[in-house]
Amino acid sequence: MSTTPPDPILDIRGLEKTYRNGPTALGGVDLQIRKGEIFALLGPNGAGKTTLIGSVCGLVNPTGGSIQAFGLDIRKHWREVRCRIGLVPQELSFDMFDKVIRQVRYSRGMFGCAPDEARIEEVLKALSLWDKRDEPIRKLSGGMKRRVMIAKALAHDPDLLFLDEPTAGVDVELRRDMWKQIEGLRERGTTIILTTHYIEEAEEMADRVGVINKGRILLTDDKDAIMAQLGRTEAVFELAEPMGEIPAALSEYPVTLEDEGRKLVYRGGDGTGTGKREVAELAQDLTRSGIAFTGLDAHESSLEEIFVGLVEQGKEEIAA
Amino acid sequence: MNLRGAIAILKNELQRFFRTVLGSILSPVLTTSLYIVVFGAAIGGQMDPAQFGGSSYGAFIVPGLIMLTLLSESTSNASFGIYMPKFTGAIYELLSAPVGVAETIIGFVGAAAMKSLIIAVIILATARVFVDYSIAYPLLAMGYIVLVAAAFALFGFILGLWADGFEKLQIVPMLILMPLTFLGGTFYSIEMLAEPWRTVAQFNPIFYLINGLRWTFTGSSDVPIGIAFGFTLAFLVLCIGIIAWIFKTGWRLRE
Repeated sequence: MSTTPPDPILDIRGLEKTYRNGPTALGGVDLQIRKGEIFALLGPNGAGKTTLIGSVCGLVNPTGGSIQAFGLDIRKHWREVRCRIGLVPQELSFDMFDKVIRQVRYSRGMFGCAPDEARIEEVLKALSLWDKRDEPIRKLSGGMKRRVMIAKALAHDPDLLFLDEPTAGVDVELRRDMWKQIEGLRERGTTIILTTHYIEEAEEMADRVGVINKGRILLTDDKDAIMAQLGRTEAVFELAEPMGEIPAALSEYPVTLEDEGRKLVYRGGDGTGTGKREVAELAQDLTRSGIAFTGLDAHESSLEEIFVGLVEQGKEEIAA
Repeated sequence: MNLRGAIAILKNELQRFFRTVLGSILSPVLTTSLYIVVFGAAIGGQMDPAQFGGSSYGAFIVPGLIMLTLLSESTSNASFGIYMPKFTGAIYELLSAPVGVAETIIGFVGAAAMKSLIIAVIILATARVFVDYSIAYPLLAMGYIVLVAAAFALFGFILGLWADGFEKLQIVPMLILMPLTFLGGTFYSIEMLAEPWRTVAQFNPIFYLINGLRWTFTGSSDVPIGIAFGFTLAFLVLCIGIIAWIFKTGWRLRE
């Protein structure tokens, strides 16, 4: 269930990382990222998300495999590649005593860019940091500090931006604000890879989704394709009278009887609306067959349920 | 080479120093001035200049005290300079930026060496208030001070990379450098020692550094100037080699 995009901006093949005297963090990861997309990498804690990002950005020395960014091998052409990559790590990591604008200038300079006050102003204004530019970072709120991290990563205008848990620990309002910022970056042509625990974030933002667990990519595909392939509709009809067996008129539907025949449960569809239509038809057929029901609870499976299912399935396969 | 990156790191490190300029400068200047006042001006008056090549005792100890400051400041400035980003996690930016060994050395080590040079110059000027000393070879003295500052800033940088806690960061300057500097002839000439201590003293590497600088001040010392220069240069090259190896392998950086 993976697609290989043509001419990927990032091409990871067989990436491995085993820490000295430690666990295998990445066990042969293959991943290709398209130019201009937002790719969400989902995975539980310890899945290998940060190690994967670190391997691309130069924080971790991989023990096997290859990484190409912008068509260049990142080991051989590390200077050219790093100039075009930005990273916002999960932790708030900077000189807390320094001023906002100086830290952003520092980042731009470190990536080899000529001083450009107009660009710095643009970045700070886009992140609503301009009014705070002369404040010591330690005096800012948590959300503002996270914006400073993003401003530092954007100061050298990267083509490929990694956001490691960009909205971890921020309130709902700020999270939505961050999503707008990320969307704005994509509109300017920046390719974005974000890791997240929040499935809602992936559903809201991502063009494609990858699921990683125990150092292995379990799935990568377009978000809509995942929903179509793995999405399900579940509808529970509470019957007025318990039913002994499913009538022949309903045998075409993927239904089961539960709770000693008191509930008729439909599980089907493909996440594209087919399930909803079938549930409506099933309700009509029940009425036509004279089977009364007193309640109906229907819902589409979310990306979260798909994600949990994949992770659980992955665990079982690894255990087997 | 990413020269802009190197300059950005250098400026950032110097800004950090000037943010706490009073504490950074006052403490070493005050401590060294006390040494000069107590040992040089007060006790030194009782000493026979013949024991110190004709110099006053105060003038004799100035190069040693400058060296004490240079070694401790260069080492600690550079070790803290790289250890703090490691400690806070801010090192991610250095590792993900297009900067290599050369830029890192220019930035971090250059800034640490410059800080200690600023302090050394202030101490030299302050010492002149209390002690009447002269510098026989000013250019050589300046060159040697720069060489030592750079060599020990490199050493401090390695220390900062190696350390995985504040305790380790303090151990080498406090338990190794400081005692070796005191026992390396800061306050006495090797000629004043009886055997076997005279021979033992010659195994102390700091002894050569102090006497090298003393030679540029007075034109005479316990060791030839060539040996002192050669030793310092070899130490500097060794440190650069170790840092290059660290960056190549990722030891303590990219594990």
